[in-house]
This record gives sequence, C-alpha cells and structure tokens, in this order.
Amino acid sequence: MDEMRHVTLTVNGEPVSRPVPVRLSLVDFLRGDLGLTGTHVGCEHGVCGACTVRLDGRIVRGCLMLAVQADGAAVETIEGVSDSGEINGLQDEFRNRNALQCGFCTPGILLTANELIRQGRVLTREDVREHLSGNVCRCTGYQAIVDAVMAAASRGSTP
Amino acid sequence: MKAPAFHYERPSSRAEAFALLAQHGDEARVLAGGQSLMPILNMRLASPAVLVDINAIDNLAGISVAGDVLTVGAMTRHYQVAESAEIARHLPLIAEAMRHVAHAAIRNRGTFGGNLAMADPASEMPACCIALDAVMVIESAKGPRKLAAEQFFRGIFETALEPDELLVAVEFPIGQPGWRHGFMEFARRQGDYAIVGSAARFLVKQRRVADCRLVFFGVGDRPIRVQAAERTLCGPPPFAEAAATASAALAAELPEFADSLATAEMRHHLARVLFGRIITPFTADLD
Repeated sequence: MDEMRHVTLTVNGEPVSRPVPVRLSLVDFLRGDLGLTGTHVGCEHGVCGACTVRLDGRIVRGCLMLAVQADGAAVETIEGVSDSGEINGLQDEFRNRNALQCGFCTPGILLTANELIRQGRVLTREDVREHLSGNVCRCTGYQAIVDAVMAAASRGSTP
Repeated sequence: MKAPAFHYERPSSRAEAFALLAQHGDEARVLAGGQSLMPILNMRLASPAVLVDINAIDNLAGISVAGDVLTVGAMTRHYQVAESAEIARHLPLIAEAMRHVAHAAIRNRGTFGGNLAMADPASEMPACCIALDAVMVIESAKGPRKLAAEQFFRGIFETALEPDELLVAVEFPIGQPGWRHGFMEFARRQGDYAIVGSAARFLVKQRRVADCRLVFFGVGDRPIRVQAAERTLCGPPPFAEAAATASAALAAELPEFADSLATAEMRHHLARVLFGRIITPFTADLD
C-alpha cells in the first residue's frame, strides 16, 4: 500500500485539495488524477521536456517533481495558458508555420518558448535553440519551431 | 518508469532534518532539487527507504557577501545563481559556467548544493568550486564542519559527506584583484553533461602568471586538478613555451577514463584542445 499525503495547491487558478501517493510524480498527478492530459509523459527522466509545466511562474519538469512537493504551489499547465489566451500568438505562429507534426512535444515546447519570449529580450535564433535545448522533437521539425518562436517574439508579446 | 515506494519526510527545520538523517542513516536520501535524484528513482537505479525533502527548510537558500567571502546557500536554485549580480561581479567563472548547466526547466528547479552533493564527475560546478578554492559548509546534529572543495569530491557520485550530514552552503573567497578566468566544455548538445570540460583561473601580474588553478571535469571519477601544468604555466617566460610544454604533458596528469561517449584517448585530445582555447585569450597579455 502506497504511503499517502494530503496536498493543497492551485492548478490553472483553481484550488485542488486531495490525498496523493507520495511517490506519484507531478505529471502523473496532473494527467491521472486531474485529467489534464495536455502535459505529456515522455522519457520520465528529465531529458525530453514533454512534461514541462509551470510551477510558481517558472517552467519545470513534471516528471522530476513529486506531486507532494507541489503542496502550496501554483501549477499551470498547457490547458491553463491556452485557455487564458496567454500563448495565443505563439500558437498562431506554430499553426502558420507547421511547427509541429505529431504534436507530442508541442505543449512542452510552447511553455518553454513562452518563458523565453516573456523575458522580453531581443532574440537570435541561437537564443531560441539554446532555450529549447531541453525539449526534444522526434519529428525533428526544429527549423519550423525556431521560425515560429522568432515570429511570435517579433510580434512583441505572445497574445 | 515510476519511482519505487519510499517513506516521505518533509522537515521544516535543519534540526529536524539532522535528526531524520541521524535516525535513518544509509537508508535515507536527501531530496533537494531532485533533478538528478528523481531520474535515478524513476529508472530504479536506487530505492532509498526514506526521502528527506529539504525544500521546506528556511535559510538554506540565498547568496550573500560578507567581507571577503561570498556564500551560496545549498538550496539556491541554479537560475538564481545564473541571475545573481553578486555572482556576476565576484565569481564570473561561475556565471559563465552556469550557462552550460542543464536546460532552463532544470535550472529553475535544480539546486547549487544538490548538484555538488550528487558529485557527477561530468558536472561543471564541482570543477568550478575547486578552481575557486571554495569551502564546503557541512552540518549535522553533531554540529558544523568545513572542508575544502578539493577534499570534498571522492569519486563517481561520492563525496566526503557522512550519511547524517547535509551540505548547507558553499563559501567562496573573493576580493583578490588580478584574477582572470577561463571556462570551456565540449558536450554533444547544449546543456548536456560535458564529455570534457575545464574551469581555470589565472592571477596575472607584470605580464606573468603568478598563480593559477586548472581543473578538468568529465575526464575521471571526479574533477581533476592538474598541478604539474599549473606549475609549468607559472614558470619562467616565454609564456607561449610554457603553455606548449604544459599542453604536451597534460595527458600524463589525466586518468584513463572511457565510456560510451568517448575513449580515454579522445578525452585527452579534447582536454588539450580546450586547454589551448582557455589560454589563448591570455597569451597576448603575457610575456
């Protein structure tokens, strides 16, 4: 029998309070317990970036954190930033430039790219590649992804 | 895969954490940022009976300067070190090397102390700590003790920490004028662990290297300080000749370390190449 612990947090702005097995990862909690399946599970050891979510405003690997560690935190997922319109501009550019094929890596890449764009710096393609270096796209559509992020960045802000 | 079952503890004070570590000894693992420990658990390479999560303890994070010492709390996240004005000003070697540490999402969660306590031989910060003559601040229920970084790293994933001890901070000597630094690494992808890397610093006085520290990582079971090369670089001019001599003798000071990424011979070659790139910017200013 798994050891359980109660967690209280907000997910996409909504309060959540329930018991979780202590060994459950944050990404499995979001997907399995809350049904937020936009966050994907890839490698489960921090290499691929498919499980990227935002914790207290900064992106983290959902597979390298336990759900119990999110106690008291504000977690945002791809569903949250998509519904709020925060990444509309970025999503538009991904559509315009076919910056996805199978889409498995896309939620993680959108959250990661959004963090870079929100820094408000003037970006080079090298900056984008460096910031996205922890997100693997197995369809290898990297050129289009970098194009889309550059285009969204040059709009000034994501919406 | 998923992490195996464990008992989870989240102490809210150092004293509580020390008591837990003393109680559980070898059976417990400390969970800091989790960016190395969680993969190890998920891949079932380790199955500790107890995880002691130190994220809820106050006063373990932060960067402060007092006199000639800059202190980095063990739970300071990598991004906080990367963004710190104090680090950029006093420890530019750390600031530069931090750009090579993992990826954005990992830097947001991973911790300075956790990375050092994990002691991955291909990691950047252990080598920087040795190059900068850092002092590790270690604490347990028995009290605090300090240890030079050079004595801290003992082997692959092995440090001088006892099972009941916690690395709580790292102290860096600062305020010595004239020191310049160099940092280079070769990795397959931005943010990956280095295949070979080097952290160095040089005290340049009257167009001579008066003192230096040269450390390689990814070349053995721990960061390797190459003291014969250091002595050669501080030797009589011309510097270009000393540098050539040091480069030719470099491999003799490095272990034979091979894995799936590179042979020992390739590592020695890369070490020579990186050494050359590190010292090139200095040669114009030296006799």
